Amino acid sequence: MTRHVVAPVSEFPPGTRRCVVLEGRRIALFNVGGRYFGLLDRCPHQGGPLSEGVLTGLVEAGAPGDYSFSRPGEILRCPWHGWEFDLATGKSRFDPRRHRTRAFRVSAEPGEELRAETVPVRVEEDYVVVET
Amino acid sequence: MTVEVLDRPSGETPAEATLRIADCDIHPSPKSLEREIHPFLERRWQRHLERYGARPRQPFLNGPAYPKGQPDAARRDAYPPAGGRPGSDLAFMRAQHLDPNNVGFGVLNPLKSGQGLQNLDFADAYCRAINDWQIAFWTREEPRLKASIVIPYEDAAASVREIERCAGEEDYVQVFMLNRTAEPMGQRRYWPIYDAAAAAGLPLAVHAFGFGGAPITGSGWPSYYIEDMTGHAQSSQAVLTSMIFEGVFDRLPGLRMVLIESGFAWLPALCWRLDRVWMRMRDELHRCKRRPSEIVREQVFLTTQPMEEPNRPRQLVECIDWIGWDRLLFATDYPHWDFDQPDRVLPSWVDAEKRRAFFTDNALRVYGRQMP
Amino acid sequence: MTVLPPGAIDCDLHPAPPSVSALMPYLEPHWADAAAHRGLHELETIAWPPNAPLSCRPDWRDGDARPGSDPARLISDAVDGFGTRYAILNCLYGAPMLYSEDMAAGFARALNDWLKAEWLDRDPRLRASITVPPHAPGLAAEEIERAAEDRRFVQVLLPVMGETPPGRRINWPVYAAAERAGLPVAFHAGSAYRHPPTPVGWPSYLAEDYAAQATAFQAALTSLIAEGVFQKFPDLTVVFAESGVAWLPAHLWRLAKYWRGLRMEVPWVDRSPEEIVRERVRFTIQPFDAPEEPDAVARLLEHLGSDDMLLFATDYPHWQFDGMGALPEGLPADLVRRIAVDNPLSTYPRLREGKP
Repeated sequence: MTRHVVAPVSEFPPGTRRCVVLEGRRIALFNVGGRYFGLLDRCPHQGGPLSEGVLTGLVEAGAPGDYSFSRPGEILRCPWHGWEFDLATGKSRFDPRRHRTRAFRVSAEPGEELRAETVPVRVEEDYVVVET
Repeated sequence: MTVEVLDRPSGETPAEATLRIADCDIHPSPKSLEREIHPFLERRWQRHLERYGARPRQPFLNGPAYPKGQPDAARRDAYPPAGGRPGSDLAFMRAQHLDPNNVGFGVLNPLKSGQGLQNLDFADAYCRAINDWQIAFWTREEPRLKASIVIPYEDAAASVREIERCAGEEDYVQVFMLNRTAEPMGQRRYWPIYDAAAAAGLPLAVHAFGFGGAPITGSGWPSYYIEDMTGHAQSSQAVLTSMIFEGVFDRLPGLRMVLIESGFAWLPALCWRLDRVWMRMRDELHRCKRRPSEIVREQVFLTTQPMEEPNRPRQLVECIDWIGWDRLLFATDYPHWDFDQPDRVLPSWVDAEKRRAFFTDNALRVYGRQMP
Repeated sequence: MTVLPPGAIDCDLHPAPPSVSALMPYLEPHWADAAAHRGLHELETIAWPPNAPLSCRPDWRDGDARPGSDPARLISDAVDGFGTRYAILNCLYGAPMLYSEDMAAGFARALNDWLKAEWLDRDPRLRASITVPPHAPGLAAEEIERAAEDRRFVQVLLPVMGETPPGRRINWPVYAAAERAGLPVAFHAGSAYRHPPTPVGWPSYLAEDYAAQATAFQAALTSLIAEGVFQKFPDLTVVFAESGVAWLPAHLWRLAKYWRGLRMEVPWVDRSPEEIVRERVRFTIQPFDAPEEPDAVARLLEHLGSDDMLLFATDYPHWQFDGMGALPEGLPADLVRRIAVDNPLSTYPRLREGKP
């Protein structure tokens, strides 16, 4: 496991997203209400750029007409064919077992604990860290 | 159930990366009606559009009958950074699609025109404007792109006039209709259009969608967009059946028809069925002289998108084997959401000759063009 | 020639009243009076003109008699002829398409009672589907409840093209009643002609109308799935009769592709349409619309991806095939057994009850 410091928390506010290239892979990062998520920026279907997808919620129905809407902001729809992915796991909604994109652990870490990293950090700041 | 994965082993370069491809379904939009369309539309019709709207045979003044899955039915990454609708910015289309996907020959299929509007005079005027606009704003600027002659097909006489007006211009490569006509397309009210297309040596292109007024199912209007989208394949089957059984291809053995944006995997089963029905009721089908499957093999082509997606891609290849690798014209549908990405649509083991036919040669042959 | 195993079940045959007057004894007085005094014409639909080639195989014709109108002929041609253990009668007479809901229901009741008396009572191998007025779901449900008491009625019959797409909620009372009675619902080729039979308007030819039946089934399948009928009625089996079969794989590829991207529009569809169809929808095998090459048939069966979906049928007296060739060539014997025996028995619970 490698930890990558990608930005100070102050520069990656809630409601924003960004793309980073880590070890040759494009990874789409999202801050949803202070929680961080990371997905490989490539839909397993035809390769659509997930970083350009819309964040929506989970629409479900136990029976026809019985709609529910939950987890607002935590479901990503591919900008091309609309495949839905769970931001937390990378699993597709329609077939979570067989169709998924890779999810990465993303967290905010105090600069103090990151002093061993190769990227220069300031101890008084928190940083967004991606594990690959 | 096993799954075959389309992903290629890393390091292998897909053939399409080096092959210059043809894209037979690209949808351009004007950046602004005032700046791009009004110059070609008489003042009277500009005012008409402002006051009365386009008014096709559907409930809503603006937008489609069924709300799409995403805005403008477009890829969300296809909005030009400089603003405007997807497909409205040539520079961005080059940068996002034509260049990286190595498109050497692209056919423009404008969907918002006068086609299918209730007011036939307005339909005629608007179609003419859209034809002039394609040349002025697109094909003159970008030699890789070719235009379609959009016609107000519910008025055959006006359509013939427009085909004759445009046919001398090299940049038009086809006569363009939508498949939801008011009556099945083989019926004789439309025949003058096919005569004119054949006389001009242009393929007849028939794109999914339209506003004929008949519900997309024989049981009436469905509830959902997914039903409308799935239904385009049924519409295309009805169109092809009508064209064959009414004898259009027998009247005009030189006519070539291109069915656009309704997939293609339905074609083998339709041909098997039509052959049987034709054999059984030949005395009724007195205008249809040849076996339907034979007509299809000689005069009908289909663009590929949206490609059907079986869990096992091999089955789709078997289906193309049934159709014939010389019948399909690759298309992306850019900038729309159900876009097909050229390097992801065929399994890597399909050989180079078939890929060339599928991605390039069939289109150049149908349209009688070389790569510019 | 593919040989039928013993115990084969023919899931689609078409009896017809010899004339509308044959129904008079079974009509309630008001409708009998109307039929007698309003100059009621014969109510055959434009889908099946009696003299059209498809409507009756030449060697099954009997002079000027309406095809399928003589029980003795049907029994000798089809039931004895193919040695079937059971034969399911689907009456396609057009009376239930009358626009008046009450009149359509009245004629449907008469047709069902006529079937019982003139057909089912004649031969213990005969079974039948319950005819209902497709545009009056409440009345249809009442008739299902009434007719289902006779256990020789083994399913409910609807035309594939009705007044509304079959999945629409307005039609649900029919499915609820069928599910309650333990009966599959069969959609059969045909239309009530409330709408043009093609998405592009009225065709010119009967041949075109018949070709369009396959596309109507595609749309019907989409509707039943998209509207959530299979979720709402978990014990309901749907049968597509005279639908053609070859179109199914390509249609499911397309439908499943759009479902993957538009699932949120119909969120009750919680698994792939392909899985739903393989589990819940059955198809009679005439016509199959098979390719001519046995190798292509084998590949097509592989594309179907299930041995459970097909039901043997002759489609008597319609002219789909000649001689005894009711099954496509090149089917393996174990698949033939499933199509002819096992699949019908698991589709129709009432056929497992033995003597009614």
